[in-house]
Amino acid sequence: MPNIQRLKNLSGQAHIVGVGESNKIGKVPDKSPLAHHSEAAINALNDAGLQLSDVDALFTAGWSTLDVGEYLGIQPRYTDSTSVGGSSFVIHVAHALSAIAAGYCEVALITHGQSGRSDRAPIPRNPGAPMSQYEAPYGIIGPPVSYAMAARRYMHQYGEDRTRQAMAEIAVSTRKWANLNPKAYFYDKPTTFDDYHNSKWVAWPFHLLDCCLVTDAGGAIVITTPERARDAKNGSVEILGAGEGHDHSGISQMPDLTRAFGRNTGPQALEMAGVTHSDLDLAMVYDSFTYTVLVSLENLGFCGPGEGPDFVASQRTAPGGDFPLNTNGGGLSYTHPGMYGIFTVIEAVRQLRGQAGERQLDKCDLAVAHGTGGLLSSTGTVVLGAD
Amino acid sequence: MTNITPKPQPVSQPESDRYWQGLSREEIWLQRSKATGKFQFYPRNFSISDPETGADGIEWVQASGKAELFTFAIVHAAPHMGFVGEVPYITALVQLEEDVIVPTNIVGVDPEPENFVIGMALKPVFEHSEGGLTLLKFTPA
Repeated sequence: MPNIQRLKNLSGQAHIVGVGESNKIGKVPDKSPLAHHSEAAINALNDAGLQLSDVDALFTAGWSTLDVGEYLGIQPRYTDSTSVGGSSFVIHVAHALSAIAAGYCEVALITHGQSGRSDRAPIPRNPGAPMSQYEAPYGIIGPPVSYAMAARRYMHQYGEDRTRQAMAEIAVSTRKWANLNPKAYFYDKPTTFDDYHNSKWVAWPFHLLDCCLVTDAGGAIVITTPERARDAKNGSVEILGAGEGHDHSGISQMPDLTRAFGRNTGPQALEMAGVTHSDLDLAMVYDSFTYTVLVSLENLGFCGPGEGPDFVASQRTAPGGDFPLNTNGGGLSYTHPGMYGIFTVIEAVRQLRGQAGERQLDKCDLAVAHGTGGLLSSTGTVVLGAD
Repeated sequence: MTNITPKPQPVSQPESDRYWQGLSREEIWLQRSKATGKFQFYPRNFSISDPETGADGIEWVQASGKAELFTFAIVHAAPHMGFVGEVPYITALVQLEEDVIVPTNIVGVDPEPENFVIGMALKPVFEHSEGGLTLLKFTPA
């Protein structure tokens, strides 16, 4: 089990000093996934006032760090290709914190790049793996089908109508945030509750507007020691707490369809950071689907099991509400290339540094970023604080 | 000219050969731990309720086929080219009497939400395919 006392000593021992997306995100058929990695990496390093030649640790998922390191032309002394779905990049933040504190490296670069919309060569799965063997032949393939079955079970346990209303609340409030973010795919496109309820079925109980976008995008994060963070060009953010883990791969093996692994990683990250829920000014919660948000808020401990629908009621999570959630517009309305997790951290850093433009929160000193990967399989949670 | 993409076919592994061979005979065979009596799905090289004993801790037992609907979805957007001609179709997780969850399809029911009640009784349907493995689907009992 995690040793919380030792983790508390690790709290704040590394800072995020740079974040960035690739030059253009959304529909980008003229860029490869590795091009998104490299553009985002250079943008994040530039944000930090650093260069590729400063990087001595590389983290990525989906691709091997071998491929990304070679493409970038760097020779890292610490390498981590932990790839457990979209949460991976949040987990990399925690791994970078440990590696820097231990002395393995001083400048860690986390990169993400994926062309979910335009990729010419998506990565195939091993046909002998359990998910390929027992789920895929039945058309249980890809996230919407699996998450939809989890959501239907939640409806059975906690009420179909109130779950439906909660999913609509999340879709609409997240779009309102996207309407404040010029980089968001749906920046110019408001949505209403009627739009939500009238959108086509993807996998009942999911409407189209329950589902994240499928885009092309890259993101990157630069992390360094507290000492070097003092020279950061645009300010730095402390990494205060972290937790990671997983409890299944395929949806049919999930121990409880209404309780994901955030039940462990959320409380751990908060305890390590020495903060409570009411201290947090911002929640960036991976929204692959509206249901992912609902269940994650409960798992993180913002409310109890089955209480999510009351927690998100009446557009409480929208701009102007008292619980700012996914202020970049989320995977639902900003961007979602396939493994979105890195963007939860990027937005949290921008809000904590006061650089979020029109959507900037009045007060943002403490944020939680929570990634969910696979088929509700893995989670990574970090607590970040303004320096 | 129609170009039909095949559905993904299961590739049996050494620990699952008995499961797939059973389905071809219209029998459901599951692994049970000798020590704990717990069933598991899918087949593994050991019992996850008794890992220490290893492969010797497992016995194969034929399941009754009695099952209940645990959850489901109605798939309208085909997630794979092989299922384009199938939509809308029902994916489900089904709880067998032996207390394991099995991923499957529900067949023989119109794909409308009101036709499915969590907990409804189900029975197996064995779907054979030429040159491929037999799939285990369910229909209302």
